[in-house]
Amino acid sequence: MIGVFLVFPGLWTLYIGATNFRLTGVSAREPDFVGLDNFERALTDQTFYHSLWLTLIFVFGSAVVGQNGLGFTLAWALRDARKWIRRTLEALVLLAWILPSSVVAFLWIAMLDRDGGTINALLGTVPGIAWTVEYPLLSIIVFNIWRGTAFSMMLYSAALSSIPPSHLETARLAGSSGTQTLRDVVFPHIKRHALTNTLLITLWTFNDFTPFLITASDYDAEIIATFIYNKAIVGGEMGYSGAISLLVLLMNLLLALVYLRVARRRLA
Amino acid sequence: MMLVVKRILTYVVMGVGTAFFALPVLWLLSAPLDDTPTYAVRPPRTFSLDNFASIMDNRYAVASLVNSTILSLGTMVLVVSAAALAAYALSRARVPGRDALIYLLLLLSSVVTGTAAMVPIFLLIFQLGLIDSHFGVILVLTGGLLPAAIFLLKDFIDTIPPSFEESARVFGASPLQILRQIVVPVARPGLATIAVWTVVQVWGSFLTPFILLRDPDKQPAAVLVRTFYTEGGSPNLGLIAAFSLLYSIPVVLMYLLAWSRYGFRFHGGIKT
Repeated sequence: MIGVFLVFPGLWTLYIGATNFRLTGVSAREPDFVGLDNFERALTDQTFYHSLWLTLIFVFGSAVVGQNGLGFTLAWALRDARKWIRRTLEALVLLAWILPSSVVAFLWIAMLDRDGGTINALLGTVPGIAWTVEYPLLSIIVFNIWRGTAFSMMLYSAALSSIPPSHLETARLAGSSGTQTLRDVVFPHIKRHALTNTLLITLWTFNDFTPFLITASDYDAEIIATFIYNKAIVGGEMGYSGAISLLVLLMNLLLALVYLRVARRRLA
Repeated sequence: MMLVVKRILTYVVMGVGTAFFALPVLWLLSAPLDDTPTYAVRPPRTFSLDNFASIMDNRYAVASLVNSTILSLGTMVLVVSAAALAAYALSRARVPGRDALIYLLLLLSSVVTGTAAMVPIFLLIFQLGLIDSHFGVILVLTGGLLPAAIFLLKDFIDTIPPSFEESARVFGASPLQILRQIVVPVARPGLATIAVWTVVQVWGSFLTPFILLRDPDKQPAAVLVRTFYTEGGSPNLGLIAAFSLLYSIPVVLMYLLAWSRYGFRFHGGIKT
């Protein structure tokens, strides 16, 4: 019986192994074996570097700085806010996180629209700015901060509540300023959490396809996800996009391994 | 003085934060009820439910909600049954490298995802001839969700004392009987969590059905909602708004349900 039940997970590993195999074996799908040509092409392709650079800015701006910073700021500001304020704001941030991606994408298209968008109405810009056309990268960065801050906020709330109140009290009595307290008391406590959080949100942002729904195939916002989609599904260049997928996969693996390492050290 | 500045600063942060997070969502609440909706967030000029009626008139719209349901329930059945079998085996069997196996599965499922998996998944399904089939989408989604489901469920089954099963075995119950009549009833809360989690994930998933389903008759709501504004010139705002609201409600409800039962533990992705 144990054998039967163990065969299943075993087969399952094989299945995932098979998807991996496809990844590496994609170039072999073509009749001629092209070897490393696809990788060579990727490494000399200007549009690939362009896309990689945009991805870096996108991930750095929206996840590493944006979600991290805003998540922490909210967690810190809400720490001793009144309960109903805390609840309301948390619910709103969470709502942004749980709504389906095609819905939130359209909500932001509406926000950023040139003629009737809410942002232009608030700023009073006449004629309106077509944000998604003129500032596509900025648009998806702001969108992704809005979309993903919930996770950072929850993680930092949990981390902040694990700091013994007596430490903060001592710092206050010793007359240290807000920034000093943050730097000397709070930061050492949440350092690990910050690292874990950054790794996870980087991994997720890196693999997120939702920005495509807002900026479509705009060249100035063609992050890796969109790049692969355009090359593979639209352009049909399976071998080439497969090679790029493999590079993305390796970066994912690297992030995940560092994450596991950090997580394990925390348990030990 | 410092204190006043600090307090003001805190309120400013909260005020701006609230506006930033609330504004986009407000559109989802006001536009569906507006007779002539615009892009801007504003209270409905003339209150009406016509937008919801127009969903009923759109044959693709209703069908897409049915498709979403098929995909969600199909994936849920596969994930729950497979995860139950695997998690039970992994929880009870003493095998070397068991924990490593689970971690490996989790690692793979979080690495082979989204962007990186798009091309191989497409090729795999293409060569299997499962493009434009719900079954193909269900298989792919099940594959992605199963490792996390096994991981969560194994934790749960670990807490069930094996003595229940031992006494059943003494009375001559077969392994499958034990699983069905003893383990499943006891593990029901865990199974329910996995079921709800799977439905939420599939209901909102966009990329997989987007690349694997071409026929608009088969597309789920997540994919179809785009065609309301990319086809035929100007977007049909009333239809999009009402449809988005209708489509979002189940997700929010399920989160609220899971939340009230299990608290904050219920997260979106593989958050271990």
